[in-house]
Amino acid sequence: MRIGLFVACLTDTLYPGTARATVRVLERLGYTVRFPREQTCCGQAHHTSGYRREAAALAGRFADVFAGCDLVVTPSASCAAMVRTGYPHLARREPRAGRVPRVLELSEFLVDVAGVTDVGASFPHRVTYHPTCQSLRALEVGDRPLRLLRAVRGLELAELPAAEECCGFGGTFAWKNADTSVAIVADKVRHIGETRAEVVCAVDDACLAQIGGALSRLRGGARPLHLAEILASDGGAGAEAHR
Amino acid sequence: MSGAEHPGRARRGSSGSGRPAQNGPAYPWSHLLGRGTGERPSGPPRFADAARSALGDSAVRSSRSAAAAEQRGRRERGRGAEPAWEGLRRRATAVRERALADLERHLTDFEKAAEAAGTRVHWARDAAEARRVVARLAAAGGEREAVRSSSATAHELDLDAALRRAGVDVHESAVADLIAGLTGQGPDAESRTVRRHDRASARSALARRLPGAPADLAARPEALAEAARDYLRESLLEARTAITGANALVAETGSVVAMETEGNVRLGAAVPRRLITVAGIDKVVPAWADIAVLSRVWARSSLGAVQAPVLSTWSGPVEGDGPQEVHVVLVDAGRTAALGDPVGRQALRCIRCTACLDVCPVFERTGAAPYGSVHAGPIGAALTPQLRGTRSAREASLPFASTLCGACADVCPVGVDIPEVLLELRARVVDERRANPVPTPEALAAQSGEWVMAAERRFARAQRAASRWGRLLARGGRIRRLPGLLGRWTEARDLPAPPAESFRAWWARRSRVLAVRGGGREADGRARRGGPTALGGTGGSGAGEGRRDG
Repeated sequence: MRIGLFVACLTDTLYPGTARATVRVLERLGYTVRFPREQTCCGQAHHTSGYRREAAALAGRFADVFAGCDLVVTPSASCAAMVRTGYPHLARREPRAGRVPRVLELSEFLVDVAGVTDVGASFPHRVTYHPTCQSLRALEVGDRPLRLLRAVRGLELAELPAAEECCGFGGTFAWKNADTSVAIVADKVRHIGETRAEVVCAVDDACLAQIGGALSRLRGGARPLHLAEILASDGGAGAEAHR
Repeated sequence: MSGAEHPGRARRGSSGSGRPAQNGPAYPWSHLLGRGTGERPSGPPRFADAARSALGDSAVRSSRSAAAAEQRGRRERGRGAEPAWEGLRRRATAVRERALADLERHLTDFEKAAEAAGTRVHWARDAAEARRVVARLAAAGGEREAVRSSSATAHELDLDAALRRAGVDVHESAVADLIAGLTGQGPDAESRTVRRHDRASARSALARRLPGAPADLAARPEALAEAARDYLRESLLEARTAITGANALVAETGSVVAMETEGNVRLGAAVPRRLITVAGIDKVVPAWADIAVLSRVWARSSLGAVQAPVLSTWSGPVEGDGPQEVHVVLVDAGRTAALGDPVGRQALRCIRCTACLDVCPVFERTGAAPYGSVHAGPIGAALTPQLRGTRSAREASLPFASTLCGACADVCPVGVDIPEVLLELRARVVDERRANPVPTPEALAAQSGEWVMAAERRFARAQRAASRWGRLLARGGRIRRLPGLLGRWTEARDLPAPPAESFRAWWARRSRVLAVRGGGREADGRARRGGPTALGGTGGSGAGEGRRDG
């Protein structure tokens, strides 16, 4: 099975640790991944902003780049949702977008394809999990990320109040309606505080940028961490020295 | 909607942003120079600008948030008590789709059956025509008063103002509308939208402004409710003309169906001599079997209950009992245009249950007013631009007033995929703007973004440049202020300093090292368990190194 790795442009640029951790987890389980160098962006930002022409071109490009793969794994739930639920709409405009291999979000790959929930990770910290809207509603990953987290040694899982409410990111919404976006994340940050968790975990760096950006500005007590990074952790000294 | 219907159109709509209007001489192209830099096009304020001031009302936000949680709980219990909610929802969706698919036939069937029962059916192409028709009917015979029950369509059409111009005094018959009227709120008032108001201000409005109320009216909810009911009932019992909305029109018998909690539609349909019902053409369904399904999902999604407390229906006058003159005004007002959009038309399935409002993270913070219509919340953002068009800045901003989180689609009892409709409308707004000779800064950014992403070399170069700039802007590992329009992010959020090495650069470096070591093809996991040390591992033991916060 030829497994392609798709790394969101945001992750690639700002949060490369998420992608390195994804590679580490997959390789630890014995999977060989390929990273087609030509990949750039899935077109989600264009699509959700109304720029369909541009989104269709990028979707066609995505299909070409990953044409040699049987399956694509990505640590970004919203990009996976874009390919799976957005591309079929763009296929009328750009037929190549209809010929794209199946794209799975990391937790889906681990639980459904690799068939594991215990990936041998150790992370002795109090963690709360925010289910991102696209992972929850478009991909319907359900409790897969939670099952993976529960199997991590030393990890203490704290339930997040109003977990299923959006973080307020919403792509360009975060800019176009900045005030409302911030009003929404303020409540998310409050709920995270109520859990007394050290770490807030999610399966999308975009949502984590929103939550983490607000936590950082407020000097909040929790830090954001992608699921992949927790799963890649072996509980060594590095896990403590997060800065 | 034409400019005449929006008095705010002539003003600069930048209230709340605090920026002065453009200085210097107004060249014809001045608005282009000011675009995106704080200058707002004239007209009603865009959603973001109206939301900014709405967010500051902490008292209303607090009560709205509490009420939304209460409503969510009530509806969740209601849906939970329904033995096969998903199946019922699919049936309701099919019922609404069937009705819309053959709307023209159902409307003419309705007209025939209603006229046969003695109802006079009138047609109105747009809001202005509807106002003229209703005002003429209400004022006929020198009538000076009318009692109106709560109706989203009446508010959408702004009937009250037209009736007053025609010399007809309108009395509210619903408590929510009475309070909104007493406090001088417009048709887009939240209490009218979601039948709910800030209790403290409702109490003080009733206690201080209710005509004929005793001076010592206690601030007890029961006493106030009783006083309000007595007041409303009096006008209902005295009225000779009643104006109502409708939840549905049944084509097979020409009947109007109205569901409510207070019973004022029932009184309005029973007591006065003249009964005028205003309904959008989207309200017609072919048969009573459809009402069995719709009344149930409406009650569950609106109230959490198994049925509405009061369901009234009539087909025409009954000799010697109740109204002797029965009218139905069928209003298009943009609905035919919406039906023409293969994606957008599903918004017309809406049965006005308001379930989507109480799960919306945006509506919960901003409330109804920024939507500028009685149709607020997610469904308002999807419906209003279709009914009114997207020419004004406010209507064009509505499809973007959503995080696309999808919570609305989850609860919609008639399966409207609101995020899908919003995406379609966003594309429409962008395509309309593409027709302008001068592109917006956003369009330039989107087009150049696509050009950069279309080639890996360009992307990698742009990425390196952006990361360098980002690190220059960063202090202590975080960016606290971004330039230009990007700065809206850093008004209240940080961004981490971009790391020196992107993932693709790291991957390329690793591949080179592995090739030199004779590790063969890229990435054989088992062979390099733990990651090559020369590359600092795959980030494994250092979970969170150089992460987003400090």
